[in-house]
Amino acid sequence: MSEPTVPPAQDERLVQRSFLTRLLNRPELGAVAGTFVVWGLFALVAGGRGFLSLRGAATYLEVGAELGILAVAVSLLMIGGEFDLSIGSIIGVAGMTITVLSVYFHWPLWLAIFMALLLALAIGYFNGWMVMRTKLPSFIITLATLFIFRGATIGVTRLLTGRTQIGGLAKTTGYASAKAIFSSDLVIGNAKFAVSIFWWLLLVVIGAYLLRQTQFGNWIFGVGGSQVAARQVGVPVRKVKIMLFMMTAAAAWLLATIQAVTFTGSDTLRGTGAEFEAIIAAVIGGNLLTGGYGSVIGAAFGALIFGIVKQGIVFAGVDADWFQVFMGFMLLIAVLINNIIRQKAAETRR
Amino acid sequence: MSTTERIPLLELRHGSKYFGNIVALKDINISIHAGEVMCLLGDNGAGKSTLIKIFAGVHHQSEGQLSVEGKEVRFSSPRDALDCGIATVYQDLAMIPLMSISRNFFLGSEPCCGRWPLKRFDHQFANHKVREELSKMGIDIRDPAQPVGTLSGGERQSVAIARAVYFGAKVLILDEPTAALGVKQAGTVLRYIAQARARGLGVIFITHNPHHAYPVGDRFTVLKRGRQLGTWAKAELEREEMISMMSGAAELEQLSAELERVTTNSV
Repeated sequence: MSEPTVPPAQDERLVQRSFLTRLLNRPELGAVAGTFVVWGLFALVAGGRGFLSLRGAATYLEVGAELGILAVAVSLLMIGGEFDLSIGSIIGVAGMTITVLSVYFHWPLWLAIFMALLLALAIGYFNGWMVMRTKLPSFIITLATLFIFRGATIGVTRLLTGRTQIGGLAKTTGYASAKAIFSSDLVIGNAKFAVSIFWWLLLVVIGAYLLRQTQFGNWIFGVGGSQVAARQVGVPVRKVKIMLFMMTAAAAWLLATIQAVTFTGSDTLRGTGAEFEAIIAAVIGGNLLTGGYGSVIGAAFGALIFGIVKQGIVFAGVDADWFQVFMGFMLLIAVLINNIIRQKAAETRR
Repeated sequence: MSTTERIPLLELRHGSKYFGNIVALKDINISIHAGEVMCLLGDNGAGKSTLIKIFAGVHHQSEGQLSVEGKEVRFSSPRDALDCGIATVYQDLAMIPLMSISRNFFLGSEPCCGRWPLKRFDHQFANHKVREELSKMGIDIRDPAQPVGTLSGGERQSVAIARAVYFGAKVLILDEPTAALGVKQAGTVLRYIAQARARGLGVIFITHNPHHAYPVGDRFTVLKRGRQLGTWAKAELEREEMISMMSGAAELEQLSAELERVTTNSV
C-alpha cells in the first residue's frame, strides 16, 4: 500500500456543492421560507389593518413566544427521539400549584413558583424514567401522564378549593417582582412587547447553542439517531433522555408561570392542546418525527409561523375558526417539503 | 508464533453464558494478543454474538473469568469495556446515518474547548482530526461534515474502525464487518483490519465467510452451538479443512437456526 498522504483541504469532489445546496441541506430552511411566505401573505391581505404596525408585530410575537418557549424544549426532545404529550397538563399542574400555594395557602409567590418548578421537574423525571424503564414508546407513556396530571390537577384543586379557576395572585407577597420578571412589557414606539418574547429568544439561543455546539448536543443527536449505537460508544442514553424530559417540563413550567402572573390566576384547563401545537411548531421547523435530525432555530420559526397565522387571521378579519384549518395544512406541507429536503440531503454523492 | 508466554490483551477462561435455561455458551477459552487477528467462526446461533457481547460489556458471563492484560475485570457497561481499550464495531450499528462523519466519529468522546458554561464541542478540531485520521488509514473522505448516510457500507465500517483505532483501542472486535459488502468493499475492510494489526492492535474478527477469514487471520476459533470446536493457528489449519468445519451438515444448520431464535428472544 502506498504511503497515505493528507488530501488537500478543498477536495475536488466538493466544488459542485454550491452555497445553495448547502442552504437546502439545513433543516430549518422550510420554516424560514414558510415564515416569509406567511408573513408576506398577511402583509398583503391585512397590511392596512394594523398587521404591519409595531403593535401587530408585538401581538404575533407574543403568541409565537408562548408556543416558542415550549417548542425549544420539545424540538430538543424530538431530536432525542422522544415525544412529550404531557406538557399541556404540566402547564396546568404548574400554574395551579403556583396559584393554590400562594393564594389559598398564603405562601410567598416566589416560593410557590419554585415549588411548581420542582414539581414540574419531578414529573419530567418520572416521564423519562418510565420511558427508559418500560421501554414503551414515549407517546404512550406521556399520553397516560397527560391524562393523569390533567385529571389530578382538576381533582386536587376542586378538593382543596371547591373551584377550578382561581384568581387573586396580584395580592400575594412578591407579586410585583414576579410581574417584572415574567409579565412586564418593553415599550417600543406605541407598541408593548411582552417580556415573554425575550424569554423565548433567550431560550432559543441557549437551546441552539446546546444542540449544535456542545457535547450534550451531540449526545442528543446520537440518542435520537440510534439509541443502541449511542449506548455502544458510551453515551449515557438514560441520563440524556431523562434530562430532555425534564427540560420540556421546565419549559412548560416557565410558560405556566408567565401565564399565571399575567392573568393573576390559573385555570385547571390551561395548556390544553399545547403539546400538539408545540409538536406542530417543531415539525414545521424541520424536526424529524423519528428523531436524530432537526433544529431549534427551525422550531422557533415554526412557532413564529404559528403566531403570525393566529394573529394574522384576526387582523385580516377572517373568522378565527379557520386558524386550525390553516395550521393543519401548514403541517402537511411542511412535512412533505421536509421529506424532499431530507432525501436530497441523504442522497449519495458518491 | 509464540503466544503462550506473552500475557494476552484479552482473555476469557472457562466462560459460559446462560439465558434462563438456555445455554448460549459453554466453557469457552479464548485469548487475543497484540498484533494478531483472531477469527471467530461459526454458523448462525453458534454463540459468536453472545461471546463478543461479553467482551464488549453488554452481557456478563454466567461463569468463568474475563481478564484484560492479565488482570481480572468485571464490565458493567460498554463504557467500562471501552475504558479498558476494548472497542466493538457492530455490523449495522456502527454509525448513525443522519449525523455527520465527524459528529459520529467523536460521539461519546467529544473533543471540547473553552470553560463551563461555554465549554463547547470543538468542531474545527473534530473535522480536522477526522480527515487526518482517515487519511492515515488510507480513507479519503470528501467532507467531514457530510452525513454518514452518504457513505457506502464499506466506508462506514472503515470509519468505525478508524474511530476505534484513534480512541486507543487495544482490542478491536469486528462483528461481521464484511457480511453486507460486495467483493471490492470487503477487500477494503480486510485491508484496514491488516492495518490495525500492523499498528499493534489485537483484532477479533467475526465472520461466517471463510474466504474473508483465511487471508487475514492468524488464529481461528470455531464455535458450534455454544461450544468451542477448537482454536487453531493458521499453520495448523488448511483452508479446506476450515471450510468443511464451518459448513457442517444441513440438519445442524437447521438446529442452529432454531437455537438462534430461542436465544435472541431471551436477549
